Amino acid sequence: MNNGIRIQQISKSYGSVQALEALSIDIAPGELFGLIGPDGAGKTTLFRILVTLLLADAGSATVCGLDVVRDYKALRQRIGYMPGRFSLYQDLTVEENLNFFATLFKTSLQENYALIRDIYERLEPFKHRKAGKLSGGMKQKLALCCALIHKPDVLFLDEPTTGVDPVSRVEFWDMLERLRNQGITILVSTPYMDEAARCNRIALMREGRCLSIDTPEHIRQAFSDVLIAVHGTPMYPLLLELRRYPGVHSCFSFGDAHHLTISQSQAQAQGTATFIEKLKIRLTEQGFSDISIKTIPPGIEDCFMALEEQPAGI
Amino acid sequence: MNRVKVIETDQLTKTFGRFTAVDHISFEVNQGEIFGFLGANGAGKTTAIRMLCGLLEPTSGTARVAGFDVYKESDRIKRNIGYMSQKFSLYGDLKVWENIRLFGGIYGLTDKQIATKSDELLDLLDLKAERNTLVEALPLGWKQKLAFSVAVIHEPRIVFLDEPTGGVDPVTRRRFWELIYQAAARGITIFVTTHYMDEAEYCDRVSIMVDGRIEALDRPDILKNQFHAETMDEVFYALARKATRGE
Repeated sequence: MNNGIRIQQISKSYGSVQALEALSIDIAPGELFGLIGPDGAGKTTLFRILVTLLLADAGSATVCGLDVVRDYKALRQRIGYMPGRFSLYQDLTVEENLNFFATLFKTSLQENYALIRDIYERLEPFKHRKAGKLSGGMKQKLALCCALIHKPDVLFLDEPTTGVDPVSRVEFWDMLERLRNQGITILVSTPYMDEAARCNRIALMREGRCLSIDTPEHIRQAFSDVLIAVHGTPMYPLLLELRRYPGVHSCFSFGDAHHLTISQSQAQAQGTATFIEKLKIRLTEQGFSDISIKTIPPGIEDCFMALEEQPAGI
Repeated sequence: MNRVKVIETDQLTKTFGRFTAVDHISFEVNQGEIFGFLGANGAGKTTAIRMLCGLLEPTSGTARVAGFDVYKESDRIKRNIGYMSQKFSLYGDLKVWENIRLFGGIYGLTDKQIATKSDELLDLLDLKAERNTLVEALPLGWKQKLAFSVAVIHEPRIVFLDEPTGGVDPVTRRRFWELIYQAAARGITIFVTTHYMDEAEYCDRVSIMVDGRIEALDRPDILKNQFHAETMDEVFYALARKATRGE
């Protein structure tokens, strides 16, 4: 199926704010592709351009081989879109919303039921409840059902898991994988870095630009500094101490440890083992207890933070 | 440990019709503690927080916040707490200084105190140049830092933070937690909800709510031990997966 997405040199600004800056991404048919980045990265603007709701200032894009400007009518039949803000009819019931969207696309709930079955089964007990009265997790499932009702070839999901608890997030990504396995191309955005691992490829985005586009594995492999996890008590004074320590390039909290980086050249000059040994002695002298220091492989969040530091455009 | 209790609840319960949103929860939070209040969507966290802030009367049970009774002294509770959530914090169509002035006034500071505090705050947050900027024009990370600072402008006994860090970039999220650490070090008790499980690790203690009840409450390292888990994510998953009610 020709259901890829091609984004070429797309730019968009709002007044003096450059939301997207000559962005180019090629997404293959059947790919589960993640746009990973914080608020203000330009994710929503990109979605709105690709689903034909907003015109770019420059550049071009095609979805399923159809141009987002010229072929917008044909394109709308082929895509499903779940916006970041809940935008179903709050005063219609679950069932009424589904029937409404089905009618718009000249189909019915029954016609493509197989596609939405495992999501809809969770919603069914609430089918007579008004959409506005649903919990966040249920709204999210209903919105996904509505976006799927006409069996789209490409699915656009703008931050579907923001504000959703970790367990529901895992379930949601399981659903996305099943949809991907049926051949649907999925473009999904998220501010949660841990969700990157569930994508075939990701683009790390910040302020309208891509910091990196690759598989999560390759992005981790490209991390060039040496990454060290340091645990000790008390943790906040430890963080401040580590930032002052010579040779430390950056240091941030990561759950029960602080992650610090030392540059490759620094590591070669001194040897990572020596660095760790000296640091341990120093921290012990400073009165920290329960000290553990070890090198670790970087996660996507480490990579994002390292890329963020570099001057833009690299 | 003989520490001052800033929150004490005993069998606190709230029902809506036949639905028990918060089901007999009992816990204590100490002065200066960073307390993580976790739970899946629909577990009852928001209802519990609304009761603790004096915004919703409980159905049964007792609770004291900052020394005041949630049934009889909700007005005094409101004056002794700070509150910030991602959904409600600042007024976007007011300037930075106007927001500080407004919240200072609401929290009962004098004009002179507000003037001093404004300067201190703008200095601390590196926002001096943005004094006259409309809040809606600030980047999200700055807004969150300002919202937090405004929520503790009156040096409350306790501040409630309801998912304060959603959507920001990883560095900003961590800088925000440094503000939390600093406030806790000044003796302000932090009561925080989050969906980022690494942030659960930054708390002194965390509770995990499932279907209206507190199913676990302890230090993160003890909970991880108890559940034979490497991370708080695994602890949360083990507990919240058992939830039966439909969100």
